[in-house]
Amino acid sequence: MQMPATQPSSEIAYNGPMKILVIEDDREAADYLQKAFTEAGHTAHVAGDGETGFALADAGDYDVMVIDRMMPRRDGLSVIAALRSRGNTTPVLILSALGEVDDRVTGLRAGGDDYLTKPYAFSELLARVEVLNRRASAKEAETVYRVGDLELDRLSHSVRRAAREITLQPREFRLLEYLMRHAGQVVTRTMLLENVWDYHFDPQTNVIDVHVSRLRGKIEKGFDKPILHTVRGAGYMLKGG
Amino acid sequence: MALSVPAIMKTTAARLSALYLLLFALCAVLLVFYMTSLSARMLTAQTQETINDEVLGLARAYQRGGLPVLVRVVEARSRQPGANLYLIADANGQILTGNVQSLEPGVLENEGWTTSPFSYQRFGEGELERLRNLPADKGTTQPDQSDTQAQGEKGHNAIALVLRLPNQMIMLVGRDLGEPERFRAVIRRSLMLALGMMGLGGLLIWFFVGRAALKRIDGVSEASRRIMGGDLSGRLPVTGAGDEFDRLSENLNVMLARIATLNEGLKQVSDNIAHDLKTPLTRLRNRAEATLSGKQKTVDYRQALEGTIAESDQLIKTFNAILMISRLEAGYSSEHTNRVDLTAAVRDVVELYEPVAEEAGVSLEAEVSGAFVVDGNRELIGQALSNIVDNAIKYSTDSTSRPAVRVALERTHGEIRLSVADNGQGIPDDADRARATERFVRLEKSRSQPGSGLGLSLAKAVMTFHYGRLDLLPGNPGLTVVMSFPAREDH
Repeated sequence: MQMPATQPSSEIAYNGPMKILVIEDDREAADYLQKAFTEAGHTAHVAGDGETGFALADAGDYDVMVIDRMMPRRDGLSVIAALRSRGNTTPVLILSALGEVDDRVTGLRAGGDDYLTKPYAFSELLARVEVLNRRASAKEAETVYRVGDLELDRLSHSVRRAAREITLQPREFRLLEYLMRHAGQVVTRTMLLENVWDYHFDPQTNVIDVHVSRLRGKIEKGFDKPILHTVRGAGYMLKGG
Repeated sequence: MALSVPAIMKTTAARLSALYLLLFALCAVLLVFYMTSLSARMLTAQTQETINDEVLGLARAYQRGGLPVLVRVVEARSRQPGANLYLIADANGQILTGNVQSLEPGVLENEGWTTSPFSYQRFGEGELERLRNLPADKGTTQPDQSDTQAQGEKGHNAIALVLRLPNQMIMLVGRDLGEPERFRAVIRRSLMLALGMMGLGGLLIWFFVGRAALKRIDGVSEASRRIMGGDLSGRLPVTGAGDEFDRLSENLNVMLARIATLNEGLKQVSDNIAHDLKTPLTRLRNRAEATLSGKQKTVDYRQALEGTIAESDQLIKTFNAILMISRLEAGYSSEHTNRVDLTAAVRDVVELYEPVAEEAGVSLEAEVSGAFVVDGNRELIGQALSNIVDNAIKYSTDSTSRPAVRVALERTHGEIRLSVADNGQGIPDDADRARATERFVRLEKSRSQPGSGLGLSLAKAVMTFHYGRLDLLPGNPGLTVVMSFPAREDH
């Protein structure tokens, strides 16, 4: 079975292969994740319970960890808390069947960096893991983002493409800022809704698509090269030339 | 009643009756003991007084004419029927005159009141005594045995005052104790009778009062067993007496009615879930089966799988919505409620939907000015409002004029009203409008539109969680959905 996110491989440029630790007690789900991560070009190790997972995480040097919240012997949140108290800062994505606001907040408070509710699409998980990758998150400190001939100044709130000024609404600016920070990575609709609008629910209509196509109109109209790409079955990606 | 004694004792009524009986009996015995001892003491005091009077009279006779007069008076008094005991003896204890034939030895040696009752024999004892006792003994066929025995062996009991006359002679004036003894026997008999009657009374009380209560409790238990057996329409018996049992039954009946309503709701929801989840699941399954059965091209497989994923996503959304409504209705944890700026929340949602509205040719306007703050959860309010705005945009497109949706925020009568009005066809029927917020209800017109039928139910659950209301009002034209929040008190 091919992942929708992985098959137009020419469109996806992840920041090099990652070393991922999957702590998940459901054998079938864990194997599926390992296979899917491997197909996407990454290396994935699997631990079947919290104790083994903690030992592996403590010893190994992983780029991202995917931890199931509810496991026998040791639950995911306690593994994360223990790792954090030992100074381990590896980004963690929590997988959980619990998806209410409270659950998400407790998960993130325990030291998780992102929270995904089961059942999920692998494309969504992959996109989030790639964004979490600690080697890719160095852009936080930069004041000017550049992708191809597109330039965004975070201090003066100005956007220009090929030296032409583009006027954006505040929300459009934040949308572009997020896309540019994760340029070259797939960004899903829910990631945009969470990070740009701070909402964690599924809107009945695909409101995000309309916002993105509006933004696309502003940054692509009049320019010959597309820069904001749609990744089928996954989301969007900003990618220069 | 084929109940064995231990089985009867297991009933509360019998145990209570037995306990009361025991307590009453104990009290009665104590009372009788107190009364007998009190009356015995009173009788003794009375006897002593009588003897004292007697002695005073005799002393006067002695003063008047010395020993001969005394002897004459004593002899005269001795012969009267039912007379006291009189005895005059010489210094050696030899009886000279009086109505006492013999005495317990040693009684005459100490002057003053005898310390304890002593036995004596009267002159002409046999016939006189029998004559005196006959009428009293007739009532009881068996005279008190211990009494007759004591009398047979020792004669009668009496108390007396022993005096030494100036000429060293001894005089004894006493009184028979027969009367107090009989009095005690009467009291004992009446005590036994009273105890017997109390026992009988206890049994009657248990039989009529206790058993009646027991019967009603049994009736309630039987009715509740029937109800537990699955007959939720069953009710506990109410006699109409308005007593404790009736009140209990009435309250339990109200509870049963509430349970039945909840059960009905649950059944309706599970029916709806069965319909709204089973239908897409069946579609999913059929699509997969159809794809597998025929010879297909790769493109067809891809299309089928993509359809499957899309359908699953819709199912997951529906499922999440059901879970969320249940959790909100069951009392969502309020750990994450805080001050929510409604003005900002409205602006956010309107801004989120503005491009969608524009694309659909609907004008989406927000009328918000001023600060409106409520206690709540921004995420939930955002989700509820976006569901409502989403609906309004969808249903305003069939408007006869230019489609428009207006969101307004205002304060009225201690409430903050957040209203979303569209100018579409609305829901003209009052009953339909009332039904629109029920779970899975999709009015005929909306069946063609995509959606789970849970949007308004979720919004209603969110409003309930915020101690507010969700009202659907007829617009002119269209529909106005109003979210009413209780206003915070501090401004």
